[in-house]
Parts: sequence; structure tokens; C-alpha cells
Amino acid sequence: MKPLTFMLRSEPEERLDLSGLTPDKLAGMPVAEIAGLKIGLSRRPATVGDVFKITGTDASNIVFAGGSGRFDLVGAEMGTGRIRVEGDVGARPGRRMAGGTLVIEGKAGLQAGSGMKNGRIEINGDAGEGIGGPMAGEIHGMTGGLIIVRGKAGHRPGERMRRGIIALLKGCGDYAGLGMIAGTIVATGRVGRYPGHLMKRGSLLFDRRPADLSLTFMDCGRVDIAFPALFDRYLMEEKILDRPLLGAKPYRFGGDNAVLGKGEIMFPKG
Amino acid sequence: MQELIRNGIIVDDTFAEAFGMRATAIIITAPTLKWARQAAITMTGFATSVIGCGCEAAIDIDIPASKTPDGRPGCRVMIFAMSTDELQKQLKARLGQCVLTSPGSACFAGLEGSASLDLGSSLRYFGDGWQISKKFGGRHYWRVPVMDGEFLCEAKTGMTKEAVGGGNFLLLAADAEKALAAAERAVAAIGKVPGAIMPFPGGIVRSGSKVGGKYKGMMASTNDAYAPTLRGVVKSALGPDINAVLEIVIDGENDDAVTAAMRAGLKAVIDFGPKRGALRISAGNYGGKLGKFHYHLKDLLP
Repeated sequence: MKPLTFMLRSEPEERLDLSGLTPDKLAGMPVAEIAGLKIGLSRRPATVGDVFKITGTDASNIVFAGGSGRFDLVGAEMGTGRIRVEGDVGARPGRRMAGGTLVIEGKAGLQAGSGMKNGRIEINGDAGEGIGGPMAGEIHGMTGGLIIVRGKAGHRPGERMRRGIIALLKGCGDYAGLGMIAGTIVATGRVGRYPGHLMKRGSLLFDRRPADLSLTFMDCGRVDIAFPALFDRYLMEEKILDRPLLGAKPYRFGGDNAVLGKGEIMFPKG
Repeated sequence: MQELIRNGIIVDDTFAEAFGMRATAIIITAPTLKWARQAAITMTGFATSVIGCGCEAAIDIDIPASKTPDGRPGCRVMIFAMSTDELQKQLKARLGQCVLTSPGSACFAGLEGSASLDLGSSLRYFGDGWQISKKFGGRHYWRVPVMDGEFLCEAKTGMTKEAVGGGNFLLLAADAEKALAAAERAVAAIGKVPGAIMPFPGGIVRSGSKVGGKYKGMMASTNDAYAPTLRGVVKSALGPDINAVLEIVIDGENDDAVTAAMRAGLKAVIDFGPKRGALRISAGNYGGKLGKFHYHLKDLLP
């Protein structure tokens, strides 16, 4: 079966809520019905048929041929299957996602993977602020799953995350892991100021010493432990990195001692 | 009893009788194979028989660094018991006292089974609040700070109910030296079979037993029919040429593993020949009514 493909006719004239176009919600739905779904966010909302030409039938494998910064909530709350966007997306792709795979070949807007519970998000371009974080008023960010950003990431990735892994392959903005509860953030490239600010638990694993580290992180020295080799191997098996991140005897800082202080920042070189 | 002859060695037409057991396995790694094995040997000490030790355990195979989860040399340890509760109790106690304590050790699940047993999930409390939970790749690990770094331990391992305990054969030789030489050959061959262990000292038993005894409360007592010094005075199973008998006992994670181990052991003894090794091979059973698994020697010969 050919993947269910939404071919973008032209740049949409309004922001779109694409949370309805997931494998779970489209399973078994006839094409005519899909074409009639309202996705626009203006007073006279556009329907799927207005914006996209629909081909293919396999709803478990959805492709958006062409993307736009106005594509909001792509793959939100999806639980199974696969969505691939051949282009950019807007805010909150993979919001509260519970399973399956979301691949974005272009850039992503704000809060990718916000409140994510499980599954896998891959963003090949840059991603905006608040990856895997909470929305305003929520007490925690992502609680599981894997987010890979192959471009640059904005500020506050992994804010108040509880579980799961975020991998940022071209660095990120300030306050990585802000108020982190637990989980793991991997970053290669330059990370901004004060990573791990107010983190309680969790691991920030970098490929270099962060330039501006909070004074409330304490130097634990170089640690000779088995965990880095195990985790490096995982990163390579998942094809997140092609060489070890930490290697033997990484440096470790413990913090943030302004709060609980059971988190850690590890990196290989001085 | 009908007799078969292979390479000049008499093989009794009898069978080994074995029982269903619960088994689990873990992989222990360390900076060197020596220290991985040391942790494993300590953990599997005093684990020859469920009757007196609570479990039967031994090293299954060594695992090269390239095939262990953390890229360090390691070995796979198997533990067998009669009930899930006892297996969990033994695993926790041995892990906590012998592996956690061993320099540089780490511990991972060594079996995918129908049920799971706690590893790090029960030992994490040693971390006194500083333990770190890590979940990735569908697995859950605990990192417990210790004096030489960290004890890295997977949260759970698998347990199988398909395990078989008590596969065995007896090596009857002209003297103790030859019986031991043949038994050592068998142990070396079975050691290479994955999923099967020999829990007795060096894989060999010299005090085979029969059920019951003349004294009250003895569940088992010496197998006088196979004791050469009693050949003239009891109903002996030994001919005039036999002066020593040793037994190999095998536990396997399933029926196939025990079969493969029996086959490998018998082949090694038969290839070794009667001049330097065993003159006759037999097996232990209880008449076939107690154990679910029967391993007929004639089906397993090379």
C-alpha cells in the first residue's frame, strides 16, 4: 500500500492545526471524509482538501509532501505509525505524542515534542525554543520517548522533563535542562549559558565543557564508571551519533545544588 | 541391561532423569575478564545443589568485550532453583553480597524470559538516595555510587520456567585418576555449550547419592551400588574392572540445552577412549517416575 500522502497545493493562508491527521485518527477513514476535515484556524477554516491533494491509502504511514511554518501540531497525540514531513513545520510538532515515529525533514517551530510521552521525533533542520518542555501551567515536560534534532536547537530544551532522551546535534541555546526533573539531554556542539539551571535530577551529556556553568554545579572530577560506554554504544546503535560521546573517564559536575542537586553534567574533554 | 560399545567404551542402555526448574541468567562485566570471573565465581560459590544451597549456579560462558552491553569483558552466570520466590531470594542475596562488592563490576540481564526478576530494582537502595535511574533503548538501568566509581546494574532480568535440572551421566573407570581425566574432558566440552551449566565443583560430583538412607531424616545418602570399596558387600553396579566413578550433573535453560550438553560431554569421553579414561558410561535415574525429562544415552551417542 502506498503511504497516505498530503501534497501541499500552495503556502497556506492561515495557521493549520494538523493534530487530526495522525495514523490513529485517520485509520479506516474514507478519503472524502479526510478531505472535509477542518484544519484552518481562522473564522472560515480551510479543510484538508483545500490545502492538500490526497493520494495513497496507508494511513499508518503518512507523508506531507511539502511543509510550512504554518503547520502546527503535526503528529500531536499520535500513538502509532509514522509521519514524515518533507519540509518545515510550525509549533508543537509531536505535542503529547505517545508512540510511533515523526520525521521532520525541515525546521520545526516552538516546543517540539512538548509533553511527549513516548515514541520518536527526528528533526533534520533547526528547532525552536522549548523542545520537550511543558506548556504554560503544566508541571512537567516530556515524560518519555526520544527527540533528535540534527540542526540547531533554541533555548530551554528539556525544560522540566521527567524521563526520555533529547539529542541536540548542533548545540542549543541557553538553559538546557532548565528545572529538569530527570531524563537525559545529549548535546554536541556549543551549548548556551547555564545548562542544568535548577535541575533536580537527570543527565546532561555534552561533547565539550560548557562555557558558562552555574556556580551551584560542583566538580566531581573525572569518573571511571561503566555507564558512559553503555550509553555511547546506545547512541551509536540508534544512529544518533557515529562516534562515542563521552568515552572513558569523562568529567562530571553534580548539581544543581541550588535545588536537589542530584543531577549531573558530563563531558569528555577539559 | 543391554550394552552398546563406542570406541571400546561400554555404554549402558539407560537414561538420565531430570526435573523442571526455574532459571535466570545475568551477565557480569568488569575491567578485566579475571575480575568479571571473580565476581561470578564468588556469586556461584556454595551453589551446587538446591537441597543444601537453595540454588544451583555456575558460569555458563565467557563473553568477549565486543558482545557485552558495556564493552568490557564479561561472563554469563546461570542460576537455577525450584521456585520463583527462592530464585529471587538467592539472586538478590548473591548479587548484593558478591557482585555489588566486587571491584569494577557491572551487571546486566542475561535472559529474555516469560517472567522477570529484580536485579538493580532491589539493590538500588544501597545508593541511599544517590542512585540514578536511566531508561533507554527499552531497558532500565540503575547506577549506584560506590567507592571505586559506580555499580551499574540493569533493573531486571528474565526468568524461564522451561529450565531443566539434573541431566547427568556417570563415568566408570579403572582408577580415580582415569575417571577424573575423562570427567575433565567432559567438563571442558560441556563448558562450550551455551545455556548449560555444571554446578558441582569443577563440574564434577564424586558423591553421587541415592534417595533416602538408613538414618532418620536423611533425604539422600551415598550411592553404595556405585561405591567401589563396597563392591563385594552390597548389591553393586560395578564390575571387577571398575575402581572409581565420577558423575557430571548438568542444568540447562531448556531441554535442548541439556541434550546438547549431554551429547557434547559423551562425545568428549568417548573420543578420549577407554585406555586413558572411562571404561563404561552410565546415567542416574529414579526409575523414570519422578522426573519429567529422560535423556537416553543411546540417543545421544556420537
